[in-house]
This record gives sequence, C-alpha cells and structure tokens, in this order.
Amino acid sequence: MKAFTLDHAADAQDALDALGAGATAIAGGTNLVDLMKLQIAAPDRLVSIRRTGLDQIAPDGEGLRIGALVTNADCAADGRVRRDWPLLAQAILAGASPQLRNRATTGGNLCQRTRCGYFYDTTQACNKRAPGTGCGALGGFNRIHAVLGTSDACIATYPGDMAVALLALDAEVLTQGPDGERTIPVGQFHRQPGDDPSRDNTLLPGELITGVRLPAPSGGMQIYRKVRDRASYAFALVSVAADLAMEDGRIARCALAFGSLGTVPWRDRAVEQALVGETPSPALFDKAADVLLRDARGFGENDFKIVLARRALAATLAEATLSNPAKG
Amino acid sequence: MHARVNGTEHPLPHDSRRTLLDWLREDLGLTGTKKGCDHGQCGACTVLVDGRRINSCLSLAQLHDGDAIETIEAIGSADALAPLQRAFVAHDGFQCGYCTPGQICSATALMSELAEGWASAVTEDIAAAPVVTRAELQERMSGNLCRCGAYSNIIAALEEVIAAEGPLRIDAEASA
Repeated sequence: MKAFTLDHAADAQDALDALGAGATAIAGGTNLVDLMKLQIAAPDRLVSIRRTGLDQIAPDGEGLRIGALVTNADCAADGRVRRDWPLLAQAILAGASPQLRNRATTGGNLCQRTRCGYFYDTTQACNKRAPGTGCGALGGFNRIHAVLGTSDACIATYPGDMAVALLALDAEVLTQGPDGERTIPVGQFHRQPGDDPSRDNTLLPGELITGVRLPAPSGGMQIYRKVRDRASYAFALVSVAADLAMEDGRIARCALAFGSLGTVPWRDRAVEQALVGETPSPALFDKAADVLLRDARGFGENDFKIVLARRALAATLAEATLSNPAKG
Repeated sequence: MHARVNGTEHPLPHDSRRTLLDWLREDLGLTGTKKGCDHGQCGACTVLVDGRRINSCLSLAQLHDGDAIETIEAIGSADALAPLQRAFVAHDGFQCGYCTPGQICSATALMSELAEGWASAVTEDIAAAPVVTRAELQERMSGNLCRCGAYSNIIAALEEVIAAEGPLRIDAEASA
C-alpha cells in the first residue's frame, strides 16, 4: 500500500470538509483496502466516516431510511426489512460471506467496483482503471462481463446484489454535498461506461452518501434469484430481482431488475410493460426475454449470459406467478 | 487510540497502512490468526470484533479505536479447549490446520447469529427464525475455505456442539 493519512470524521459535516479537501471516504473498507493493496486505488488521504452516526435504520413515512453505515448484515437482519422488503434481505444474503457482510456498509456496497480481471491486473489495459489504455476484456477473457449497456471502451459489470434489489424496489440514494442534499433514484446512481468508464456512478466530487430510502412496501411477491458458479460466496453470472403482484390470474404489477447482465444494475420498463395485464405462460416469459435482450451483445466467452438471462427470467417469473410456488 | 485485544488494552499502530491482521500477528505476536489470501476470499484471518466475525485482512487497524477484539487465543488453549475445538478434534475437522483458527472463530460467531435469529441465503422463510439444518450450516460457513476439504467433518463438529449446547436444535428431517 502507498502511504496515506487517515483522519476520523466526528460527524457528517466533518466528513464533508475532508471530502471537499480531496480525501477519499472509508467505511467498512472491504473493497477499498483490497484495491489499495493492489494499488488500483492509491489515495493520499482517507477519512473514516465510521463515527458519523449514519448507522441507523428508521421509519420514513411508510418507507424505511437505511443509514449509509448500516452494515449489510444488520440490514439483512432487520425485522422490518425481512418482513416488508424481503427482496433486499435476500439479495444481501446472497452476496459475499458473513464476515464481509458484517463489515461492508450500505453506502460502500453501492460504490463497489467491478471484478473485471483486467481492472484488477495493473499490467493489463483497462480504461476504467487507467483511462485511455484500452480494454483488455473486449477480445480477452470476458466470461463474467456484460452483454447490455457496454461500450467500445468498457464491458465490465457492476458486480453487486444489493443494488439490484434496491433498483427493483424503487429505492433512492440520499447524499449530502457542497451544494446541499440530493435524492438520486438508484436507477440514476450507476453510470454506463460510454467513453468514460472511470466514473462508476453519478456522485459529485465532495459528495457523501448518507443513506438509502425505501418507499412503502409493495406487498407483492418478492424473489431474488442468483445464478453463479458455486452455491455460495461467489459473484452472480446473472441475477434477477422481482417484485410482482397477481390479480385475477393476470400480472397486475411487476418490477424486474437484473444483476451482472449489464454494466450497471439493469432495469428496463419495456420488459415490465410486456408482462403487465397478461396471463403468465412460458410463451409470455419468452416474449419478455425478447424485449429484455433485444440489444444484448456477447463478446465471445460471455455469449452464454444471453441464454442464461432468458432462463433465469423465465424461472423467476414462473416462481413468482404460480399460485402455489415451488421453491427452486 | 486503543483497542482491547483478548481482554488487554493495546495502543493502535502508528502506521495507517497496518491491517488488523498484520497488527495482531506482527506487532502483538498473536499468530493464531492466519494470513491466507490477504484479499478477503478465504476466511483464514477471521477474528471477532465486538462479537461479530470479520476478515481482519481487509480492515485497517486504526479503524478499531475502542473495539473489543477476540482471536483464537481467547477462545481456547491447548490445556483448555473450547467445545468447538474439542469437536473439531473429535470429528477430524481439519487436515493441515491452517484454516482452523478462522473456522473456529467463524463458527463461534455463527452460533450467536443463529441465536439472534439471523436468516441466511438458504433460509426458507426469511421473515421467520431459521431452522438449523445442514444446508444452513454449510451456507453460514461458506466464508471459510478449507483447501484440505474437511468441510463435511467441520459441519459434523458444528452439529455436535449445537446439539449439545442448545437452545438451538438440529432439524434432522430437514438435514436428511
């Protein structure tokens, strides 16, 4: 690791002052410390935001406000989250390990960086890590890479699970910055790479995530299905977050988000529109997959994700729409 | 800045780069905690911070001001093995032993998490208290890799301790 100073912010204002002066925020550090060891991240100055008091879960109208420093473990263990937003608890518990979830935070998890092998290997070309050097993954080992939202500069996925659930739940990211507070819909938080893959999200310089707001629970059937190379402790190849309600045998309402399929947590309203008002059937699920994957592009090793996404969507919709769903 | 390690107060290191793992091993001489991958992928470095298991390799020591840290040295000794350690010996829950301190620390925290009713990725009803099954234990120990492959014996050791200590109960039917 390169040498750095480490200050401890006493409150949010203290943290904002340090961020304004060019410091990088550290909370759990489960991603950042790893990146610092590999010198993929080499900040001169860190500010710990662990003691800023942003570690509470509190009611917010009919919704819930989850502080940026609430650990993934505490969020998934919260009785309100488990009862009313089970999708969020399921997604968190599908990710990482108990040890990591005890340290990783809500705000930090949103800022988790890609697991692309070219991003992690400092001897390789990577426009995200070293802008202008090219993308080794385009013609290289790209089995885990995105098939949606890619550009000629970058095809790396956002690897997390939590944000995929938050996207389907219409959650918002709450921030505080030099120009005051902002509320950013989760769908507008992560950035597709375009010609500047170095910026993963739309946070502004000096801006701090203070929390996440969940709207009132939908009361629908919530399912997080994660497909990965081993049964536990692995990133998704494809994941599906579904929040769906049936009425008189038809799909009355549905929200669907996908992980590790696109460069960002992926939600496409056209997929939901194709399903609402319809009677569930394998043919309908296939039609929805056609809509989801209409612009999908594989890069060789990751071509299988296009088929896998179709099957994962069909399995999730079957489970969510059957009156007596079989667990699978 | 201080942290309490196995009941004794220690000043935190001056070097901001020191990880909790290196501080415990190199500065405090507590070499029971092992360095495996050093990247949060294997769990060999698992310690308890305020009763919660974490990967000590991914945490900066200076972030632990005021924390109570427990390592394998506090859980048991050769003369006075903890029940989990006795069960690991009885069931051959290891071969080379390198991952074992992390496994034991992890399993210690696992039992508290179950007692607190935390769900896992395989819990059938996420809103309800979990039923202890073999699948639950496997999922909850997935953050600790064992390259010798002693997994089934590690789970057997855990099942024995949970069955003996209660109030948790193994659901034999669901485990079958």
